[in-house]
Amino acid sequence: MNRELLYLLVPLSCLVAALLAGFLGSRIGRVNAHRSAIGGVGLAFVLSCLIASDVFSGNHFNGSVYTWAVSGGTRFEIGFLIDPLSAVMMVVVTFVSLMVHIYTIGYMADDPGYTRFFSYIALFTFAMLMLVMSNNFLQLFFGWEGVGLVSYLLIGFWNERESAIRANLKAFLVNRVGDFGFILGIGAVLALFGSLDYQTVFDAAPSFADGTFTGPFGSEWHWMTLICLLLFVGAMGKSAQVPLHVWLPDSMEGPTPISALIHAATMVTAGIFLVARMSPLFELSTTALAVVLLIGALTTLLMAFVALVQTDIKRVVAYSTLSQLGYMTVALGASAYSAAIFHLATHAFFKALLFLAAGSVIIAMHHEQDMRRMGGLRKLMPVTYITCVIGSLALAGIPPFAGFFSKDAIIEAVHHSSTPGAGFAYVAVMIGVVLTAFYSFRLVFMAFHGEERMDAKTRSHLHEPPRVVTIPLVALAVPSILAGLILVDPVMDGSLFGNSVVVSAGPEGLGMTAAGMLAHAPYSAPFWLALTGILLAWVCYSWKPGLPASAAERWPRLYRLLMNKYGFDEFYHWVFADGARGLGHFFWEWGDRRLIDGWMVNGIAGAVGRAAGLVRRIQSGLVYHYAFAMIIGLVGLMSWFLFARGN
Amino acid sequence: MIPLSHYLIVGALLFAISIVGIFLNRKNLVIILMAIELLLLAANVNFVAFSHYLEDLSGQVFVFFVLTVAAAEAAIGLAILIVLFRTRRSINVQDLDRLKG
Amino acid sequence: MALLNDHLLSVLIWFPVVGGILVLASCDDRRAGRARWTAVAVSVATFLLSIPLWSRFDRTSAEMQFVERIPWIERFQIEYFLGVDGISVPLVLLTTLLTMVVVVAGWRVVQARVAQYFAAFLIMEGLMIGVFCALDGILFYLFWEAMLIPMFLIIGVWGGPNRVYAAIKFFLYTLLGSLLMLVALLYLSRAAGGSFDLLFFHHLPLSAGVQTLVFLAFFAAFAVKIPMVPVHTWLPDAHVEAPTGGSVILAAITLKMGAYGFLRIAMPIAPDAAHQIAPIIIGLSLLAVVYIALVALVQQDMKKLIAYSSISHMGFVTLGFFVFETRAMEGAIVQMISHGFISGALFLCVGVLYDRLHSREIATYGGVIKVMPVFAFFIVFFAMANAGLPGTSGFVGEFLVILGTFSVNGWYAAVAALTLIVGAAYTLWMVKRVVFGPIQNPQVAEMEDLDRREFGMLLFVAAGVLLIGVWPAPLLEIMAASVDQLLAHVAVSKL
Repeated sequence: MNRELLYLLVPLSCLVAALLAGFLGSRIGRVNAHRSAIGGVGLAFVLSCLIASDVFSGNHFNGSVYTWAVSGGTRFEIGFLIDPLSAVMMVVVTFVSLMVHIYTIGYMADDPGYTRFFSYIALFTFAMLMLVMSNNFLQLFFGWEGVGLVSYLLIGFWNERESAIRANLKAFLVNRVGDFGFILGIGAVLALFGSLDYQTVFDAAPSFADGTFTGPFGSEWHWMTLICLLLFVGAMGKSAQVPLHVWLPDSMEGPTPISALIHAATMVTAGIFLVARMSPLFELSTTALAVVLLIGALTTLLMAFVALVQTDIKRVVAYSTLSQLGYMTVALGASAYSAAIFHLATHAFFKALLFLAAGSVIIAMHHEQDMRRMGGLRKLMPVTYITCVIGSLALAGIPPFAGFFSKDAIIEAVHHSSTPGAGFAYVAVMIGVVLTAFYSFRLVFMAFHGEERMDAKTRSHLHEPPRVVTIPLVALAVPSILAGLILVDPVMDGSLFGNSVVVSAGPEGLGMTAAGMLAHAPYSAPFWLALTGILLAWVCYSWKPGLPASAAERWPRLYRLLMNKYGFDEFYHWVFADGARGLGHFFWEWGDRRLIDGWMVNGIAGAVGRAAGLVRRIQSGLVYHYAFAMIIGLVGLMSWFLFARGN
Repeated sequence: MIPLSHYLIVGALLFAISIVGIFLNRKNLVIILMAIELLLLAANVNFVAFSHYLEDLSGQVFVFFVLTVAAAEAAIGLAILIVLFRTRRSINVQDLDRLKG
Repeated sequence: MALLNDHLLSVLIWFPVVGGILVLASCDDRRAGRARWTAVAVSVATFLLSIPLWSRFDRTSAEMQFVERIPWIERFQIEYFLGVDGISVPLVLLTTLLTMVVVVAGWRVVQARVAQYFAAFLIMEGLMIGVFCALDGILFYLFWEAMLIPMFLIIGVWGGPNRVYAAIKFFLYTLLGSLLMLVALLYLSRAAGGSFDLLFFHHLPLSAGVQTLVFLAFFAAFAVKIPMVPVHTWLPDAHVEAPTGGSVILAAITLKMGAYGFLRIAMPIAPDAAHQIAPIIIGLSLLAVVYIALVALVQQDMKKLIAYSSISHMGFVTLGFFVFETRAMEGAIVQMISHGFISGALFLCVGVLYDRLHSREIATYGGVIKVMPVFAFFIVFFAMANAGLPGTSGFVGEFLVILGTFSVNGWYAAVAALTLIVGAAYTLWMVKRVVFGPIQNPQVAEMEDLDRREFGMLLFVAAGVLLIGVWPAPLLEIMAASVDQLLAHVAVSKL
């Protein structure tokens, strides 16, 4: 079979599935709608696996499908770049998506928007695949905005809820702030390289490495720094890095499968993927890498603290996602692109697992999300419990679960990194390890252990959800355990990603092996820090449950700061939302209505009217006045004729 | 023989009287019509005087035209005046300011 | 057939005008059905007639094509001189396409003076095509001004409660600008020895001072029409009062005449002045993008909001023109076409709502998706297109303009790119308040979803938006040669 056709089939099968479920959903019925969506995505998954095995046997591909436009000598193409990086992303995306599709059958069973939901998630998979398979910036941006659109639609899926439609507007706008930087980055790339094709740009990049221009106030700027920073602003929006992270916690208003698929496993990692894909550019700018590193470290630390005090089960997982995205960004900043993508992949599995497990709890609890009303679910929902613990262990980084390897790789990379700010980042990720272990097991202990705090009615209906829900949990638990073990060797010796990520110098390929890491674990700090975190969680939420409350009373300011999430939301709302509206009102009232319409347009009309009002007084309507005026005129004209002209 | 200037002075006097009649009169519209007739007559005097002086007959021909026009105008003017009186019950010039701007 | 071969443009101009007069002849509301069907037939036939313009156009040539040239008023050397190049062909097609949609949109809504309504649109269609085809100054001016009359009537007769104010404001505003254009044309004609040939004007050597004056005179006419800040205030008023069809034509085509004027007349005739004044125009364009977007954000009236959004989007067009860069200019022309579709479609959407509840206030609605899911699909789609989502036509223009502008000046591009945020903000905020949320107004709960006619017309426009978004190559291909030639011409100083 023709390779190009095969590649084309991967996104298109999802698109066709989305269109079928979306436009014909009401006609073909619920079952056929989910069959077509799952069929399409399943096909995409199988093909992605085939393509991945083909890629890892050395068959890369870079070619265009069609010419989108030609303008001013620039060809804008739609095309595919299939290399190890995109292959890994394709497999991860389609696998998680497939699991979420299956899970949705159970989760959304009673929802009137069933077919619409399947259409959206299939469409999402299409857009995400376009994003990762792209071989140029244009298509990247298409996929980028496409996933943003679907995210918007899905966060606001329950569009009667005021909170949901607020959250989706916020998510779209904050993402647009990122895209603002992104599109300017693309503009800078085009201005500098004259092409939007990855290969052309990457090949030409080293020769522009020292190109500078004069910025504001006469400062010298490297083109590369500018391009990388602008592109990173886009990545910050999509991957929810501080200070553009505010939309992600609110996005939990969407149905849980979405939180798993879009807001944990795939879309939010697009920013990480972007930077990894752009590694040939980022490697040329130490400044940009330092910024990436710092932002990542800040996100890791700040968001992990917020996760400690959340009581909504989904929000805990959401803040842990933010913190883990911070880890990936730190890895990017330390030039450890492979480690970042490695963590991205393992994180996709265990975080999707955690979200789906949380969703399973939420279904069982009849859409109750507050952990303070849970407890003791362990016995009632054994499958959910076990898979959730597996996910938490992976998240906390306990060997030999997947998260251990990827997180350790990042920590090691930061430790050896020479990027400015690496010291701070190292401390941040180390503290992050304790916090991660703490909040993930806090969730486990609060929800699954201890006394049962739900009301009797809920209690009587509690049971394990149907099999369409538990099968994806189990299916995701498998890679959450094994993915690290299997992938760590090829990632670490650099054979997995090959030359699809570029590292000029630095800690890439630390020479670690799975066996070595496992053997080394008991002597390394992160392992013991993680165990400490788990122990602390047990002390606070299982052994002495009164402890957290007294701590909150002891440090009320700190507690309030964390509960308010550092006040980012209030600040943005005040400055940007209210500010823009206030400015808009001011411009409209004073600029358009008073200055332009009032003074200039109607002002001129008014002036003409007033002048006419003066002149009309002469028009008395009395004949003898007119006659008198005629005489005056006659005399005047005659005297002018006689005297002025005569001389 | 009476010199031309005498005729012209008479004409100018007639003209001045009629003008004054038009804009000093505030009471009766008929007086304005009469003043207009006088105005035309002043012009006629000048026509005749010049015609005689220049020995050109066309000036006297013009007088007949002017007289015809004056007659027609008087007829129309009186007709308007009657209509005006019917609608407004007054021919007081001071009251006639419907064309006020 | 010979008529169609040699006089295609004349046929395109006069066929709808004659058709409109025929419709007018059946001017009796008892025979409204006949007027409607005739109007549809004429508009569809005009569209079909305009297809050869696209298919037979030679894309490799920047010359005027389908040229017709006969002396008209020989004493003043005024000619009946028509021709199209790659810039005008898409605009002519946009006109014929959208007139069809507008005729269908007015189908049931207009119940009084039906024949006159449709006749006005058909006559206007011919006149607008005339503007895009005329190559003689006086002919251009005639079409330009004549087009105001039907539009004035459409707003003034079938408009809303405050229609007279809006119609007069619209008329006087645009007339004031155009009179200065006439003065400039007369001056140019004297300088050119009596001819009114616009193409000859292009090569007329003019001194710097004269160029500036001529350019400013044209600028007055075109800036009002586009409209640019600060002469934009007629547009929201006109839109609010105009009937749906009037708004569609106003936003989709009338505004494009101003932009077209810059390309065909002002820039090539006074290139040095254009370069000299460019920074001011760019400043005004960027002001439109940001200032107007903020004003749009706080509008309570949907039509006003879309009107302000139009001004903001037209700011992109003028920005793209005056950075003198191929990609930016092509992007600006694509933006013109795309904006025609999208703003037209949004006005149609508001019209659909207005027909049901007779309110344009955002606050009246909310939760529309519950009762009108199909309509909600369309309005969200067009809103996304308005916000420049890739895959829709709204993206193509914005993307190319930002990219092209960046290679000239990064700061301009940065300000222009703010539209990504504010443009999305005002559009989606409106969508949020109208389409989503709980139903608060009991009348909204009674609304019925789109009927077949409304579905058809929205689907038609949506298909256009999607097609240009996914594959803009043909559109860019047809204009490429003409844009290159224009930029090359403008780059050469006349001094």
